[in-house]
Amino acid sequence: MQVPASFDYQRAQSVDEALELLRRHGEEARVVAGGHSLLPMMKLRLAGPELLVDINELHELDYIEVVGDELRVGALTRHRALLESELVGRHFPIVHDAEKVIADPPVRNRGTIGGSLCQADPSEDLSAVCGALHARTVIRGAAGERIVPMADFHRGPYETAVGVGEMLVEVRIPVRPGAGSAYEKVERKAGDWAVAAAGVALTLREGRIADAGVGLAAVGAGALELPAVQDLLDGREPSEALYEEAGRLASEHCSPVTDSRGSAEYKRHLAGELTRRALRRAVARAGAAVEREA
Amino acid sequence: MRITVNVNGEDHTREVEPRHLLVRFLRDDLDLTGTHWGCDTSNCGTCVVLMDGEPVKSCTVLAVMAAGHEIRTVEGLAGTAGGDQLDPVQQGFIEEHGLQCGFCTPGMMLTGRALLDRNPDPSEQEIREAISGQLCRCTGYLNIVRSIQWAAKKQAESAAAATAAPTAAPAATLAGGQS
Repeated sequence: MQVPASFDYQRAQSVDEALELLRRHGEEARVVAGGHSLLPMMKLRLAGPELLVDINELHELDYIEVVGDELRVGALTRHRALLESELVGRHFPIVHDAEKVIADPPVRNRGTIGGSLCQADPSEDLSAVCGALHARTVIRGAAGERIVPMADFHRGPYETAVGVGEMLVEVRIPVRPGAGSAYEKVERKAGDWAVAAAGVALTLREGRIADAGVGLAAVGAGALELPAVQDLLDGREPSEALYEEAGRLASEHCSPVTDSRGSAEYKRHLAGELTRRALRRAVARAGAAVEREA
Repeated sequence: MRITVNVNGEDHTREVEPRHLLVRFLRDDLDLTGTHWGCDTSNCGTCVVLMDGEPVKSCTVLAVMAAGHEIRTVEGLAGTAGGDQLDPVQQGFIEEHGLQCGFCTPGMMLTGRALLDRNPDPSEQEIREAISGQLCRCTGYLNIVRSIQWAAKKQAESAAAATAAPTAAPAATLAGGQS
């Protein structure tokens, strides 16, 4: 039987109370929401917090809404809510692509977007999705809120920009006209972590690609956004030749390692191929959005 | 910590360590051993129970996190229609041979119940997706899907019968497996 080492537990009744607990207990405190990454790590002694601050009662962090030209998602929003949100599917089909292949329904009933991003696992899907979408994170502490772009949110494997006494409270994604996006993932079995995955988001303006975002998962840290590929795509007309070149660049700008899920060589191949596939679908969806919005 | 968890409609108060898992609380503290304990890593899904009506893997929920919430286990399936009547999902597993070794069965039935509560007429694809987080090591998935389909059909028939004859006793409309 696997049981975590002993710890203290506090159920926060407000964001301020959670922040105060996190500040007081410093490095030894961890936020728990769904717990489906943290509790398994605690069972394996890969994490050993002295205090868990349960934020599941903070319903004020559970929302999906459009404010101005941004979609705002509260950190406690469950995977299931993202998957079932018509608003999310309409603006960001990439999120629904990814959510369909993140774990399984009971896990999606518990897991949250905030927990997914804060776990900072390079194989985690929503981080690559948020990277491709050029999302921004809102981090709250005693001194107020600060906004950190997704590209700067992960500081390395399992490390984030969230400091002691702070919490991720919201994710903001820009809503743009003529937008299309897609996520392509290869997994060994249904609900598994990715062998490799690619997310693409872009807009079409007068037939040319703009606002391109490309993010990869499970091919090493630092691939949540690939500026080299994005620069290649911006301003260009979509074509198979362009997708080919983008895929080649993506496979060069990642650092997969050989493990039980596949060889580094295979994952590099997947990074290129999945980028091409995601590009094709994102462009097709952007084209449909342009027509729908005309 | 002292916690109170509502399990199958009844409040249970116990003193537990924060690290105590919900699956152990149900099995060891409340003797509700119908909830099975499998991989302990939230992969296999045999420990699925309903938390506020939705399936969760109880090996990856702390008992303290369930405090103040409603938990439903397989022991709470029968009897909701009155008496000791089986839930239509349980009857479906009998009619369609939805179990072989039975290890995954409690979780599968609870997921079936939660699905039908939200969606009384699910497609085969929707049923397959709903149970996709739970492993049947006998690989008896086809019969599990058929069992849940049987329950959906039975419920629809019972509802139609109740509308046609509002004076009929509810217990009679759910009796047996004579569809």
